[in-house]
Amino acid sequence: MTDAPIVPDFGDDDELRKISFVCSKGSLDMAYPGLIMASGALEQGIETHIFFTFWGMDMINKKTMGNLKFSPVGNPATHMPAALAPFPGMTTMATKQMKKQLDELDIPDIPTFLAHLQDMGCHLWACKMSVDMFGLTEDDMIDGLDGVLNVGDFMEIIDGAQTMFI
Amino acid sequence: MPVTTIGDQEIHVDDEGFLTEYDEWNEDLAKELASNIGIAELNDDHWKVISFLRSDYQEQGETATLRRVTAVGGIPTKELFQLFPKKPARKMSYVAGLPKPAGCI
Repeated sequence: MTDAPIVPDFGDDDELRKISFVCSKGSLDMAYPGLIMASGALEQGIETHIFFTFWGMDMINKKTMGNLKFSPVGNPATHMPAALAPFPGMTTMATKQMKKQLDELDIPDIPTFLAHLQDMGCHLWACKMSVDMFGLTEDDMIDGLDGVLNVGDFMEIIDGAQTMFI
Repeated sequence: MPVTTIGDQEIHVDDEGFLTEYDEWNEDLAKELASNIGIAELNDDHWKVISFLRSDYQEQGETATLRRVTAVGGIPTKELFQLFPKKPARKMSYVAGLPKPAGCI
């Protein structure tokens, strides 16, 4: 047999891919999708940038990032009767339940997840307008933040990237 | 399943080239697999990752993700990117003779 061995193509010679995620939500259930996709992209050797804006600032605000909530209000996918969702204590209960499910799948909490992404080389950016609006300083935000940017600067950085808005 | 020859050993692989038989793997083969994907030499740090992956696979029945190698195996993620550049999760699985990790994180 002189056939060439079957060896996976890891695309080492391919042109560098770039992707960016705009995280604009501050609820627990909407924080994870961007982080999980970013993790998948980084594992594939793709240059990855996340831009946090508006309520997404809660994901990198040290005061809130470890304490995001999930509310069943206005979310028919929880299959909970709509009239029950706004009851007192429901958000706490739903958040606890979701955290338990995530934990069972070995999915880390948000601060640990972000640190893991940073270890993989993920770039984290904060939106200038949101920083001003919420009166935040760099000390309020996650350690190792790459910087605070206006949209124009972010557009330059993600030149050529695929972008997802979450 | 295709059969391919790596070095002087015939092995069963999937369509991409990942080993499908856990027991067909050995250390000499790992060196060949590594050199096939541009890792010229496996050092002690590579072997630490490989042996964690092999034993974890035996216990768990699936390939550890990067995060698991860090959280359970104690090997920093940054180091994994240095040892198996660009696509560490896939490359380390390949060299360890295991399927690609199925988990997302």
